[in-house]
Amino acid sequence: MEERKVSKGIPVGTRRVISYIVLIFFALLCLIWFYILLINSTRSHAEMTKGFTPIPSTHFLDNWTNLVNGTIPILNGFINSFIVSGCVALLSAYFSAMTAFAIHAYEFKGKRAAASFILAVMMVPGQVTALGFIQLINRMKMDDTLFPLILPAIAAPITYFYLKQYMEANLPMSLVEAARIDGASEIRIFNSIILPIMRPAMSVQLIFAFVGSWNNYFTPALILHTDKRKTLPVLIAQLRGADWLRFDMGQVYIMIAASIFPVVIVYLVMSKFIVGGISSGAVKG
Amino acid sequence: MNKKSKATRVNRWGYIFLIPFFLTYVIFQIVPLCSTIYNSLFENFRSGLKQIGPNFVGFANFAKLFGTIDFWNYFENTLLMWVGGFIPQIVVSLLLAYWFSDPSLRLKFQQFFKTVIYMPNLIMASAFAMLFFALFADQGPVNSILLSLGLIKEPFKFFASVTASRALIMFMNFMMWFGNTTILLLAGMLGIDTELYEAAEVDGATSGQIFFRITLPILRPILLYVLITSLIGGLQMYDVPQILTNGKGTPAKTTLTVIMYLNQHLTSKNLGMGGALSVTMFIITGVLSIVIFNLNKKKD
Amino acid sequence: MKKKVLSVLLSAAMAASILAGCGQAAAPAAPAADAGSDAAEAEAEAEAPAADAEAPAAEAPATGGESGKVLNIAAWNEEFKTRLTDHYPGYEVVDGTHGKIGDVTVNWLITPNENNAYQDRLDEILLGQESAAQDDKLDLFLVEADYALKYVDTEYAASVEGLGISLDETKDQYQYTKDIMTDSNGVLKGVSWQGCPGVMIYQRAVAKEVFGTDEPEEIQKLFADWDKFNESADKLKAKGYLTTASVADTWRVYQNNVTKPFVDGTTIQIDDNIKKWAEDSKDLYDRGCTTTANQWTDDWSKGFYPEGKVFCYFGPAWLINFSMAADQEGSIANKGGWGATEGPQGFFWGGTWICGCEGTDNADLVADIMRKMTMDPEIMKDIVLKDNDFVNNRPVMEGLANDPEYHSAVLGGQNALKMFCAGADKIDMSNLTAYDQGLLGDYQTSMVDWMNGNFSSYDEALEDFYKAAEVRYPELTH
Repeated sequence: MEERKVSKGIPVGTRRVISYIVLIFFALLCLIWFYILLINSTRSHAEMTKGFTPIPSTHFLDNWTNLVNGTIPILNGFINSFIVSGCVALLSAYFSAMTAFAIHAYEFKGKRAAASFILAVMMVPGQVTALGFIQLINRMKMDDTLFPLILPAIAAPITYFYLKQYMEANLPMSLVEAARIDGASEIRIFNSIILPIMRPAMSVQLIFAFVGSWNNYFTPALILHTDKRKTLPVLIAQLRGADWLRFDMGQVYIMIAASIFPVVIVYLVMSKFIVGGISSGAVKG
Repeated sequence: MNKKSKATRVNRWGYIFLIPFFLTYVIFQIVPLCSTIYNSLFENFRSGLKQIGPNFVGFANFAKLFGTIDFWNYFENTLLMWVGGFIPQIVVSLLLAYWFSDPSLRLKFQQFFKTVIYMPNLIMASAFAMLFFALFADQGPVNSILLSLGLIKEPFKFFASVTASRALIMFMNFMMWFGNTTILLLAGMLGIDTELYEAAEVDGATSGQIFFRITLPILRPILLYVLITSLIGGLQMYDVPQILTNGKGTPAKTTLTVIMYLNQHLTSKNLGMGGALSVTMFIITGVLSIVIFNLNKKKD
Repeated sequence: MKKKVLSVLLSAAMAASILAGCGQAAAPAAPAADAGSDAAEAEAEAEAPAADAEAPAAEAPATGGESGKVLNIAAWNEEFKTRLTDHYPGYEVVDGTHGKIGDVTVNWLITPNENNAYQDRLDEILLGQESAAQDDKLDLFLVEADYALKYVDTEYAASVEGLGISLDETKDQYQYTKDIMTDSNGVLKGVSWQGCPGVMIYQRAVAKEVFGTDEPEEIQKLFADWDKFNESADKLKAKGYLTTASVADTWRVYQNNVTKPFVDGTTIQIDDNIKKWAEDSKDLYDRGCTTTANQWTDDWSKGFYPEGKVFCYFGPAWLINFSMAADQEGSIANKGGWGATEGPQGFFWGGTWICGCEGTDNADLVADIMRKMTMDPEIMKDIVLKDNDFVNNRPVMEGLANDPEYHSAVLGGQNALKMFCAGADKIDMSNLTAYDQGLLGDYQTSMVDWMNGNFSSYDEALEDFYKAAEVRYPELTH
């Protein structure tokens, strides 16, 4: 069957070669920047002023030591980023599942309005309310803290959307009803029956929420002012205007590497899972 | 009767479970939205350490925003850089997804390729921009490589050229999103019933005809989804040009996006102009989503 | 329709309660339980804790008497930290951003200058000063000439006399350093340890190669005015050298010789000399004698190393010492390869002033830092000898200028102090404004775009500058 198709156009062998070449080209295009980054983070500033070479040097640890002992509190940055991203991931996955469950499993007045409201606001970008957001945060005395970065994650329309899609396909209502007959409370049903069923979809959303928050720059840059409270992207952005690094590009490269590679490693370990997860919600949507 | 009231009691939990979402949304989105709109009607900024205003000025901020050509310039920059990244992204993604899904090609290492092309999407945009800034600096590694290959005689100043700066931003947007789009489109292509293809083949369709007459029309909902999300993401373009140009939109404000412009007003503590700009963007984003959603509905 | 009304009502009830209890992060939790039933009740509930919260906040600033345990210092770079570490008796380093003086912890809040970030941060801190906890209050902040005026005339900068320093103690300081920090009521608001007369710093090896001499007097003849400067630039170009690392290097030289300030009232005005900088720089750049790199970038600082092929930089003593990579192996400064001469016109650049914060809980310590760092002749002499800075003490500087023993290692053993002393006497800061830092940055950005061919004329670039400036400072017009 398949071979018959071939006879009409370019032979399948040629097409295969072309597609491999193109694929390899794009794969290299994606990888080369990280290669240069890795190489340059092993080289000292003096070596780099002499031009680029593809061979790594020996200053990886020196650069790292200089960075850690310098004025950018990189370790605090890591901790802050972990706290924010971890909390955002947990809150958005848990409460989005709860919201999806409310819409999916109950019949009540205003349900359809609530559901379409969430769908409608899915597209509203956070930036357009940033101005009011900052004012609100100032009034709440939460300026320069991590809370304004974490709490809004409870309302995550996109995560909700993915989880609701998954729920529709994978959650039989009979299961809920059986639990009710056994006398379980609704909260208990949600926590001990629904959540385990939702685990595959929720872990994908956990990862996406984590990565999204890990990489977020706009809001943290407006909210965080004290160096020690800043998240990694804000610290990275400071490199751009830093005369106080005393022109050590070694430190610049190693800091970029340090903020990129943890995510890359997690990704490589879980890539099958993640790549599969990207399409799960959208295809049906 | 008894049964019904029990059901109502259970269904009350629907409201309760919705409370966290709506409460959070109202506090952190609706309230800020209202105060942003409110602010847009006032003159309100800081001069040095002195507060000027707030004085009610009606729509004067909007008049000022649209009275000059600046806003439209930055809007054009934003759209241009979005389109420049989106077109290659959709073309390449369609091609790659088509190959991945073509059973006759039987491509090996699919998982590897998918993993690699999706990777840039996970990279912190700010770190990616800073990396490109370092790599494409006048004395950076890219110039150094080009020089040693003899392709150029003296360092090419990427960030002094309008074309090169915009192209770099488009390229980065492309890099960060084409893997994601490929995988979305691939999922859609794999969902197409193979019988359709077989029937077309029996009728003597070429592979080009199959692609344009069968694959593309079936993919239309997914393509629209990609278009919508990409457009809305594009209008918010910020991290990459902000860090690449240090918030200035150099050269000559040709890479200054609307959100960067908003950020400048926020930095100046000019709440009136910032508010007017935010409200404008809110309306534009809203209208665009509605238009595209309706377009989608009509054709269905 | 009914459903919609309900959900709107629900939202409205929540919004109302949140607005009412604004200061309270925890407040929203209370109305949540009965949000659907009674909005008014929720509102009343939320108001109560808000009222309570104000009482303790009002009490906080009253505590005083005893000196604070934390000294918070705001700065934009490491310079003052280095000075304090090296020269203030009893200062111990804890880590990159902390130190200790006795049992007081010194906390450094460092925000880089770029794009006014330091000023913006400082504004936020100062405006929040009243409500900050005692140990979070800023005690001391540094300002530069480019925006000193913005802070001098405010209540946030403490009077130097108010800190317990008599004006007589400042008698050895250069008058201009006190004039700029004196507010409209004649109160001195800050002091500086350094003077910032600038010179032309050139590479001796290149001078020998191109002009056959590296003697400051001979080089001065070749660069005595802008015409000669341009002539010599062509000779350097012929041998493959850039004259300056960037067009920005000569900016201060032109800008300091203006006849009117950047802003008059709220109107931006462009002095002829500032326009001349743009035109001369474009010409110099078009001839391939300089670059359009930004200062403080990697491309700019390349010239600190021989590979950068840059003939000269323009700067005051602090640039030579603090920034030219003297501690880096292989740099020109490391080998003592620079020389100094007056250059085409006299100028100054920067200068750092120490301001005490009104309401500091470490007034005595702040006063002592001011005394030790800016008035103690022993320490100040030590700063010159160790760091080759130009200190704000006339007798010390004049003594060293005539001291045959003194020489600067970075400048290949030259004693450039006479030159600096002469420059310091000529500094006139009367044309500075509070807006300079933002405006000169925006002006240079726009003009560099013109030099790079992204604007067709000077006027087009000027329009671009006005746009940026008026977004940055909404009150300004042109």
